[in-house]
Amino acid sequence: MTRYYYTEEDVLRLEKTAVQLRKDILRMIAKAGAGHPGGSLSAVDMITALYFHVMNIDPKRPDWPDRDRFILSKGHACPAQYAALARRGYFDPAVLDTLREYHSILQGHPDMLKTPGIDFSTGSLGNGLSVGLGMALSAKLHGQDFMTYVMLGDGEVQEGLVWEAAMAAAHHRADNLIAIVDANGVQINGWVNDIMRIEPLADKWRAFGWQVTECAGNNMREVLHALHTARTMRAPAVIIMRTAKGRGVSFMEDDSLWHGKAPSEEQLFAALAEVEKGGIL
Amino acid sequence: MAKTLATRMAFGKELLELAKTHDFVVCSADTKTCGLEHFGELFPGREFTFGIAEQNLTAASAGLASCGNKVYLATFAVFASMRACEQVRTFICHTKQNVTIIGTHTGLQVGGDGATHAAVEDVSIMRAFPNMTIWQPADAVSARKMAKASLDFEGPLYIRLHRNPVPDVYDETYRFIPGKATLVKETGRDLTIISSGILLAKAIAAAEALKAQGAGVRILDMSTIKPLDTDAVEAAARETGVILTLEDATVKGGLGSAVAEYAVSHCPVPMELVGIPDRFGESGDPELIYRDCGMDEEAVARRALELLARK
Repeated sequence: MTRYYYTEEDVLRLEKTAVQLRKDILRMIAKAGAGHPGGSLSAVDMITALYFHVMNIDPKRPDWPDRDRFILSKGHACPAQYAALARRGYFDPAVLDTLREYHSILQGHPDMLKTPGIDFSTGSLGNGLSVGLGMALSAKLHGQDFMTYVMLGDGEVQEGLVWEAAMAAAHHRADNLIAIVDANGVQINGWVNDIMRIEPLADKWRAFGWQVTECAGNNMREVLHALHTARTMRAPAVIIMRTAKGRGVSFMEDDSLWHGKAPSEEQLFAALAEVEKGGIL
Repeated sequence: MAKTLATRMAFGKELLELAKTHDFVVCSADTKTCGLEHFGELFPGREFTFGIAEQNLTAASAGLASCGNKVYLATFAVFASMRACEQVRTFICHTKQNVTIIGTHTGLQVGGDGATHAAVEDVSIMRAFPNMTIWQPADAVSARKMAKASLDFEGPLYIRLHRNPVPDVYDETYRFIPGKATLVKETGRDLTIISSGILLAKAIAAAEALKAQGAGVRILDMSTIKPLDTDAVEAAARETGVILTLEDATVKGGLGSAVAEYAVSHCPVPMELVGIPDRFGESGDPELIYRDCGMDEEAVARRALELLARK
């Protein structure tokens, strides 16, 4: 069953898991020599909460028809999802070392035909919410009670298609669809609101017929609370989670330079030490 | 006089019949494409409308298909192939979703609506996508058979349909075999005309004219454009020595290109590619536009004679 209730123990357990995933993210991007650490580190706490607590999934049956779905519409943050899938048991964590290698199951952006546990391929921004809407409509058509979660970047909502999907989800009353905006405030060339202003973001979603809840997305307790709140809403719901790009590694935080850059060996050791020491900040 | 019905209407009507006994869903934008606009009233719950938003239509169809649904997506071919181009490529073809894209209003035959609405590039675009299959009927009979065949098809499929009524070329004995060209007629073995789509009737008329001038023609209907029936192309090259292709689509990347791409490596023979030259559609009587573009039956016969002279 999908679990929205949580205890203090759950929070501590999930915080520890998120530390593990942060280390995995940094190691695999460093090993690959390329990837997107900033957006992976901002998204990872929510991804941890979903994969290790909330979602109704079975790693032994990645194609189980009644499973909850998760679409990482900001597909460049896939190191976070790969780490979660590996640690959750979908595949051997040793495979994380093959990120972006030729013939690896771990492509530079998520590929549903290559990686067990990826519910849909992403990478081209703006499309995931539409795909998730299709899944939500299918659930209603067949009387299935699975939930579909779609995580978008805040820069991503500059894509017009996101709003086509938002309009249609409200029209079709897709209350089994939860969008999550990873509002880390930074996109590849700088601050989101310098490049193309998206605020007031919550008002935009409300105007499209969505219920909105906001949270601090790098705080596990708040993340769990927001997921619980979103589930109680009788309309498509969006969680706008305020995060920091590169969260957990001081020299990566809030810096667009770390949108798509791999750490050097020296930077990796420094980053790992910080993540280990700080846990969730 | 043969019956006349647009391929899009024949296809849509057949799907409405098949929906009574087969499980599939229809995703539609706000267009009048092929008579499926009332699908949801007849089959409640099985139609999903997305308004005038083809990218969302296409990506959501992919999501529906990923949950095990057979999805028919209907819209104008210009929008399916260009407005939603990337969604077709990345979210349907790359992920191999079981979505049948019904693209209507193709070629110069669209006439009146003009350049914005006449898809001339759709075949070239769809052909470029790995995993994509492309079918095109020549008349209402073949359109109905294709509708039936599409039910058993698994994977990305593009069906290219036409706006205006055309006379039936086939009778009910016609069988559509996916991936196989149909031998429509053979008055001799001087050349082969490979046609795809509604210009087949012009190929037949041209063959009559050529026969009167002593040239025998094999006519193939390449109803599956991709994957191409390369055996039929090879046999045509070997047995008739020259090939003329005929399509109501741009010659840049369409059926003619597909045949030429194969022939140039495996069985090079002189070819003529008859289709839309490097130009857009325009409002007007389609027959007049065909004539000006060198796609009427006289032009086909003339190009065939030029081709024979190169033998």
